[in-house]
Amino acid sequence: MLFATAIAVPTGVWLARSPGWAKPVIGLTNILQTIPSLAMFGFLLPLPWLGERAARIAIVSLCAYALLPILRNTYEGIRGIDRSIIEVACALGLTDAQRFFMVELPMAAPFILAGLRTATVTSIGIATIAAAVGAGGLGELIFRGVASVDNRLVLAGAIPAALLALAADATLSQLERWFKVPVS
Amino acid sequence: MATAIEFHDLCFATPQGRQLLDMISFPVEEGTTVAILGRSGSGKTTLLRTVNRMITPTSGDVLLHGKSVSEFDLIKLRRNMGYVIQETGLFPHFTVERNVGLVLEAEGSSRQDRVRRSHELLEMVGLNPANYAMRFPHQLSGGQRQRVGLARALAAEPDFLLMDEPFGALDPLTRAEMQDMLRDLLCRLKKTVLLVTHDLDEALYLADRIILLSEGKLLAYLEPNQFMSTREPLIEAYVRAFRRGWHKAAPEIRLPNRGV
Repeated sequence: MLFATAIAVPTGVWLARSPGWAKPVIGLTNILQTIPSLAMFGFLLPLPWLGERAARIAIVSLCAYALLPILRNTYEGIRGIDRSIIEVACALGLTDAQRFFMVELPMAAPFILAGLRTATVTSIGIATIAAAVGAGGLGELIFRGVASVDNRLVLAGAIPAALLALAADATLSQLERWFKVPVS
Repeated sequence: MATAIEFHDLCFATPQGRQLLDMISFPVEEGTTVAILGRSGSGKTTLLRTVNRMITPTSGDVLLHGKSVSEFDLIKLRRNMGYVIQETGLFPHFTVERNVGLVLEAEGSSRQDRVRRSHELLEMVGLNPANYAMRFPHQLSGGQRQRVGLARALAAEPDFLLMDEPFGALDPLTRAEMQDMLRDLLCRLKKTVLLVTHDLDEALYLADRIILLSEGKLLAYLEPNQFMSTREPLIEAYVRAFRRGWHKAAPEIRLPNRGV
């Protein structure tokens, strides 16, 4: 998630400033998003450095899947700010940095957080599937339980995974709400 | 009186080839208010925005006290110009107080100074700081928001005020109040003001000179009473357009005294 955010947020901001690139870049992340996660793992397995450790595959894939929601939301969040506010911010003599930190970022924050929320919940889901390629974690418990027809094992993995997803969703929703500002 | 702003053969054409400004030349004297009138699309806003370099002309120049605006440091130039627009552009996530103190915050003023100045300005525009300082823009009416917008524009004591149809979205009574407030403020503060409006009455009430633009060309540069009495057909047509309801409904009734 950290890597994805570190990549996606600045890219989203850059795209907001150069909308010409938006279509191709978002299009590319869209394609990545459409590939089912198991298939993604399958593609990455044979690769030289990546395929050696299941954890690496899992992290790279999670990163790829987390990119789109964060990227798109950052882009939309910044592009969606009322143009007259940006106009005034420039006209009153705010430097680009001041405009970004004082105006654009705080106003886009709820959208970016919504993107983070979607990405986090999706990531938890995909992480559980990563167990299929030996990445361990809660997913491993689920798979072992299915393989040995042991319900307790399945639940031992499934319940925490679900709770984790719900908790992440709730926390980030709350954060989103704090940042939301009524406009009129 | 010194010339504060000079437009010199100013031209602006869009990349698609539309000529929005065509050889505009006129002076603005220091401490006066010039109203820029014209139809939608006549180039009024474009003209205004060449002064703070939001738009770069394709040819010609804008001079401030004899120096081209392109020679000034951009940020310093803009901080010396208050900017007020119809939509106000107040930051919804800032309190009224923080909105007003915005330019001071950008310049690194202490919080104490900013709050003090904010409150001073809110009083000046007729908003009691005790009631309004901690409110958010969405909690204000249209007129109140415009007052905050004006306070914000005045905060850093700019020499110039650029106003783009600031009262256009307000009802006539509120608009009259705002015009009176602006007139009082300008009597005290002595700024050089460019006021874009399509309201002839507002121009006549507030301005020392009236500019009429049409399709990017300068049609008139007159004092208010000259503007009303000129026989120039295009200007007459503009004036007549404001009088039609009166002439139709009550041609014999004279305009009531506004207590000027």
